[in-house]
Amino acid sequence: MSVITFIIDDEHYSAKEGDTILQVTRDNKIHIPTLCYLDGLSTFGACRLCVVEIEGSPKLFPACTTKPTEGMIVRTKTDRLKRYRRMIVELLASEGNHQCAVCVVNGHCELQNLAYEVGLDHVRFPYLFPHKSLDATHKEFVMDRNRCVLCTRCVRVCHEVEGAHVWDIAGRGINCEIIADLNQPWGTSESCTSCGKCVRVCPTGALFEKGASIGEMQKERGFIKFIVNARNKSEWVHTAHEEE
Amino acid sequence: MTLEDLRELAEKEQTRQAQFEHRILYCSSAGCVSSGCDAVKTEMKKALEELGLTKKCELVGTGCLGLCGEGPLVFVHSDPTLYQHVDAAAARRIVEEHIGQGKKVQENILDMNDPFFSSQKKIVLENMGNINAESIEEYIAAGGYEALAKALTEMVPEEVVGEIRKAGLRGRGGAGYPTGLKWDIVRKGVADQKYVVCNADEGDPGAFMDRSVLEGDPHRVLEGMAIAGYAVGASQGFVYARAEYPLAIDRLKTAIKQAERLGLLGNRIFESQFNFRIDIRIGAGAFVCGEETALLRSVMGRRGRPKVRPPYPSEKGLWGKPTVINNVETYANVAPILRNGSAWFSAIGTQKSPGTKVFAIAGNVKRPGLIEVPMGIALRKIVFDIGGGTPEGTQFKAAQAGGPSGGCIPTEHLDIPVDYESLQTVGAMMGSGGMIIIDNTSNMVEVAKYFSEFCMDESCGKCIPCRVGTKHIYMMLEKIIKGDATEEDFELLKELCMMVKETSLCGLGQSAPNGVLSTVRFFKDEYLVKLKKSGAPGTIVNQPAAELSPAAAKEA
Ligand SMILES: Cc1cc2nc3c(=O)[nH]c(=O)nc-3n(C[C@H](O)[C@H](O)[C@H](O)COP(=O)(O)O)c2cc1C
Ligand code: SF4
Ligand code: SF4
Ligand code: SF4
Ligand code: FES
Ligand code: FES
Repeated sequence: MSVITFIIDDEHYSAKEGDTILQVTRDNKIHIPTLCYLDGLSTFGACRLCVVEIEGSPKLFPACTTKPTEGMIVRTKTDRLKRYRRMIVELLASEGNHQCAVCVVNGHCELQNLAYEVGLDHVRFPYLFPHKSLDATHKEFVMDRNRCVLCTRCVRVCHEVEGAHVWDIAGRGINCEIIADLNQPWGTSESCTSCGKCVRVCPTGALFEKGASIGEMQKERGFIKFIVNARNKSEWVHTAHEEE
Repeated sequence: MTLEDLRELAEKEQTRQAQFEHRILYCSSAGCVSSGCDAVKTEMKKALEELGLTKKCELVGTGCLGLCGEGPLVFVHSDPTLYQHVDAAAARRIVEEHIGQGKKVQENILDMNDPFFSSQKKIVLENMGNINAESIEEYIAAGGYEALAKALTEMVPEEVVGEIRKAGLRGRGGAGYPTGLKWDIVRKGVADQKYVVCNADEGDPGAFMDRSVLEGDPHRVLEGMAIAGYAVGASQGFVYARAEYPLAIDRLKTAIKQAERLGLLGNRIFESQFNFRIDIRIGAGAFVCGEETALLRSVMGRRGRPKVRPPYPSEKGLWGKPTVINNVETYANVAPILRNGSAWFSAIGTQKSPGTKVFAIAGNVKRPGLIEVPMGIALRKIVFDIGGGTPEGTQFKAAQAGGPSGGCIPTEHLDIPVDYESLQTVGAMMGSGGMIIIDNTSNMVEVAKYFSEFCMDESCGKCIPCRVGTKHIYMMLEKIIKGDATEEDFELLKELCMMVKETSLCGLGQSAPNGVLSTVRFFKDEYLVKLKKSGAPGTIVNQPAAELSPAAAKEA
């Protein structure tokens, strides 16, 4: 296997062929914000928080899908990137109905963490206050679309890991929504095995366990990598990335 | 079928046509269908029968004649005369007087020496007004399928790719990527199966170039696709057309059946080892499904949503196999290139953008319609010579090129050559050939709002910058138009546009802000007059802090 040497933020790093920039930064404890990416699931490249600059190109590249090439010069923390990342989180904050103070994941939310990270002290765009539905028909879990950021982790984990493919996306643009089966109440879904994987990987309070009250819903997102690894390689070991 | 059989067929058809002293070709494309060409056809048919002229004159439906605004159009081929605004009465007179007595119907004549016609150069549209859109024999009589025969019997795939490369043909669907290069990547790919896909999604508002080609000359596209299939080693092709194009889909279906019947599609074409089939896939008409990765997903029956490239379709396309995807017009250029040689093609247009481009001209212009011009033609010629300029009493203000995500080109750049690179220097793009002329009765902020709304509605919703960003761009423009926006809002709008442009996943989001950015560049005053001074009474500059958590404020 060939090794690639390249530069991230003025330091040299090496990558195995096929690694993405994000894998290398994580191996080396360089932080790049992510949201749709989750170790163990297919990459989706949709949140655009992980975009980085590559010297020689005016374009920006998502670190989670871009593979380094020999000698590539990558920058992960320029002013432009910081401004854009802040704005992306700002857009998310304006898009949903995020009342953190009364949310089940208050304190354990990836959106909240991102907001701290990018320094989101105020939102410059008008809040959209969408009318989104809440589906509490499932006997164990709740889907609150008001808090969904459309990262599709639930869609991917249910399809790729559990194999049930309960979730999908309906609508387009600002009207996109996660739906169960062919837009049926989750509780009536015949495909759902109630495994709870989607609930655990959801970055926000959109998916949670019934009975959890404010701030109580802890999420354990690293286990997917563990399961996938165990299934593919019959190795039941925890690896470095899981806790991200 | 062999090459000899093909030529025999062509001769037979030419002889058949020669029996008639006259051929009347009425436009049977969608534009003239809506202005009433069916009645024209019925009346002419009746008149020919009544006057016993059916042996003297043949009546056929042909493709779009270009001046759709003046339709229904009728072309008398033998004694080249073009008639406009032909209603049933005029139709009868044309038969009685022109065909019957040799007297042209002066009232309806369109001057064919007009610059609308003389400034054009037809390659893709060469058969419009020439052949029956629903007859494979007529296509063959006009040299059709000769290029496929030549490729299969005289050339190895590498040579075919080489010809297209040497011709310098670039993709007509938007980005202008060199077609030969794309084919070469697919040709070199190692796979048990490869595919050829034709992008006939054509979602730009007001654009109808691809539709017209499919309606008027479907075999040209099929032939181009089959040549591509041979060049890259594919045995299956798909045409992806939108459901809003029923006539184009019908004509395509007919054409595929005809080609299969003659063995021009199917197994062992021209007695070679080459097998090629074409199927149609009908899309529900989402603009984003024109984006190649979304289109391919849609062909496979999935949600039409773009995905990150690389891998490009030429490496991993349909079902993970190397796939050529090209625009309708790109394929329509292929057969003429092989027939006439790459040198012939590259001599037309400019060095970097050889050939012609079909445009659909619309908006505030005297003669909207479908045109084909050599690349590099001055924009001024398109607007004034061909389009006839803006309506009386108004002045030209801008030409919007490149579809909803294109840019507006102002008066001071009217002499810009229309080719891929030049248009980009002024923040516009070639796009697939939609061109909207705007006069001084339009406000450019409103224009920007119109295109922003389109992009917002058509965003697939996958990535955050485009999904939420286009919504806020639109809302901000509304706010500016209402007179409620401040200078800070305007600055924020510009920053938002740059962010959406630079961080979005696919071409839709990446170009969605172009309408705003290009009007800000050339018509900034129209924005500025609408803005409030910052801090003016009644303006809320910033929203109160998002209540993300008490910690948010502390840590920030
Ligand atoms: C939002 C979007 C819409 C598009 N729509 C079309 C379309 O309607 N027709 C088309 O040929 N190409 C369209 N394209 C370009 C295609 O992605 C692709 O580049 C093209 O089909 C390649 O063919 P070409 O090389 O022959 O131009 C679109 C691209 C984007 C980003
Ligand atoms: S609980 Fe399991 S099966 Fe049910 S939707 Fe979630 S991931 Fe899918
Ligand atoms: S429900 Fe949660 S995991 Fe699913 S898309 Fe929404 S935010 Fe992502
Ligand atoms: S840029 Fe827009 S259309 Fe393209 S993937 Fe993102 S949301 Fe979808
Ligand atoms: S983490 Fe890379 S795009 Fe979302
Ligand atoms: S549709 Fe008849 S001239 Fe264009």
